[in-house]
Amino acid sequence: MVKQGLSKVTKRNRGLYWLRRDWRLYAMLAVPILWYVIFCYKPMAGLIIAFQKYNIFAGIKGSKLIGLENFKFVFSMRDFGIALRNTLWLNFLDLIFGFPVPIILAILLNEMRMLRLKKISQTLLYLPHFLSWVIIGGMVLEIFAPTSGAINSTLLKWGLIDTNIPFLTNGAWWTFTYVLVGVWQGMGWGTILYLAAITGLDSTLFEAAQIDGANKLQQIWHVTLPGIRSTIIVLLVMNIGRMMSIGFVRPFIIGNTLVQDTCDVISTFVYRAGIQNNQFARATAIGLFQSVVGLVLITIANAVSRLFDEQGIW
Amino acid sequence: MQGKLNPSLKKKATTGQYILAVIMLIFVAICTLPFINVIAISLSSKSAILRGAVSLWPVEFSTKAYEAIVRDKSMWHSLFYTIELTAIYTGLSMILTILIAFPLTMKRLKGRKFFTMFIVFTMYFSGGTIPIYLNIKQLGLLDSMWALVLPGLISTFNVIIMKNFFSSLPYELSEAAFIDGANDFQILLRVYLPLSYSSLATLSLFYAVSRWNSFSDALYYITSRNLQPLQLKLYNLIKGAQAIEVTVIEGNANEMASSLSESIESATIIFATVPILLVYPFVQRYFVKGVTMGAVKG
Repeated sequence: MVKQGLSKVTKRNRGLYWLRRDWRLYAMLAVPILWYVIFCYKPMAGLIIAFQKYNIFAGIKGSKLIGLENFKFVFSMRDFGIALRNTLWLNFLDLIFGFPVPIILAILLNEMRMLRLKKISQTLLYLPHFLSWVIIGGMVLEIFAPTSGAINSTLLKWGLIDTNIPFLTNGAWWTFTYVLVGVWQGMGWGTILYLAAITGLDSTLFEAAQIDGANKLQQIWHVTLPGIRSTIIVLLVMNIGRMMSIGFVRPFIIGNTLVQDTCDVISTFVYRAGIQNNQFARATAIGLFQSVVGLVLITIANAVSRLFDEQGIW
Repeated sequence: MQGKLNPSLKKKATTGQYILAVIMLIFVAICTLPFINVIAISLSSKSAILRGAVSLWPVEFSTKAYEAIVRDKSMWHSLFYTIELTAIYTGLSMILTILIAFPLTMKRLKGRKFFTMFIVFTMYFSGGTIPIYLNIKQLGLLDSMWALVLPGLISTFNVIIMKNFFSSLPYELSEAAFIDGANDFQILLRVYLPLSYSSLATLSLFYAVSRWNSFSDALYYITSRNLQPLQLKLYNLIKGAQAIEVTVIEGNANEMASSLSESIESATIIFATVPILLVYPFVQRYFVKGVTMGAVKG
């Protein structure tokens, strides 16, 4: 009896020895994990309201499940179609125009031998990344303003245009401004990973190319670019994977009611429907749709990028 | 080196360098001219702005806009409030980030894989704007400073950077400390943290700059004027000015009204930018390091 009891105790102790040994580690984890539960996982559970006739007073428990009604309603909305189209279109343009610039800039920076100038250039090129979109948006609204804005007034002064260009109030011009500002903000910062990749290249490759008589351009084309190909592809694929998600502040702050059909994207649409108009369930349905499609895209992107880079991004 | 290979290449290379320098200066100009323009506007008179006479140099120099801002008590309140908010947020964020990164570095920890998956999953999927908003509402945090602190306290990206750094420290260190009788708390406080100052500084800056620049959470959760961080205050100002401009275009207001606030708006933009510019020279290299660190898988 006693023997049996003892062995039971030791067995149990052996089973939980790790808890006795590591309780301090688990104690450290407790608060952060609790934070993840409350601020990340609980809202995920809150996604259930996308399938409910949600009533803010009745709460999640008191609201009735209505299946896919909210989704059906949302998908039939004209404004949702516009927001979805704009999200994909603006992200696509960002990719086309915003993606190549950092690569070119990184190669140029790498070729610079005037090190002081290079350092100063880098510092100034990175600067826009550190400013909030509110500050950038405010600057954009001033610089692109009609008449008083620097761009319009300069172009008028030089006689290049007769009337103000409606940078912010005409749909096509607004898109132009939006993309331009995105490229402007991201081009310097985007060089960092490419510069790191170029620095990691074997310098003997360049020497060999030089001895073979390759000029600078040929070296860039035949050594530098192939050398950073995997970095380029991984970043490209990850960018494509993020096609469904779009920042809130940039379109929100540069946008205005005159170009509503051009500047309204999913994030601003959700804000308007959910937080401003209290259409919680429908706005959640849009968010869920966006998250799920985004998750699928990013998973595919990660799998594809793994083919090119053993480690993937994470 | 090129000179040694072929003397004729050297001269060519320097011409190339000059061309390169010019191209780079153009890029740099594109990056900086907007700031100069905004500074010029903030220091110009209303009528000059209205005429569109201001480009890169103040016209009819005037410091009225800055005087108005400096006299505006709510602007100073917002500045100090944002500093306080950023400090509290950064401190708490760092504590939680360390508390989760350290145990997850210990290979012997049971459930380590599970906890790692548990946090990494949140990078790919989230409840989204509305469920998060309702959660904050339900917790009773709406329109309080804590709505800007608690929901974004941990950045999983930063946890991974911290964890990668801890993992790069030699395991023997903690082993030796353990043999000397140190427990995990002591190992963290006396062995790991003193070796991680540069990473801790980097991550603190990440958190601080992100909090300083955050705007949308304040827009969603804050209604009281005295709880508005600087970014939201700036936004309200800009939007007010833009609303006038839109009515000008629609023909419902005269243009005089639109330039009324332009110099004040610019001065506020500068006011909100200066704190970032002050720390920028120090934080920049840490940020560059952080980007390359984050790209390495742990």
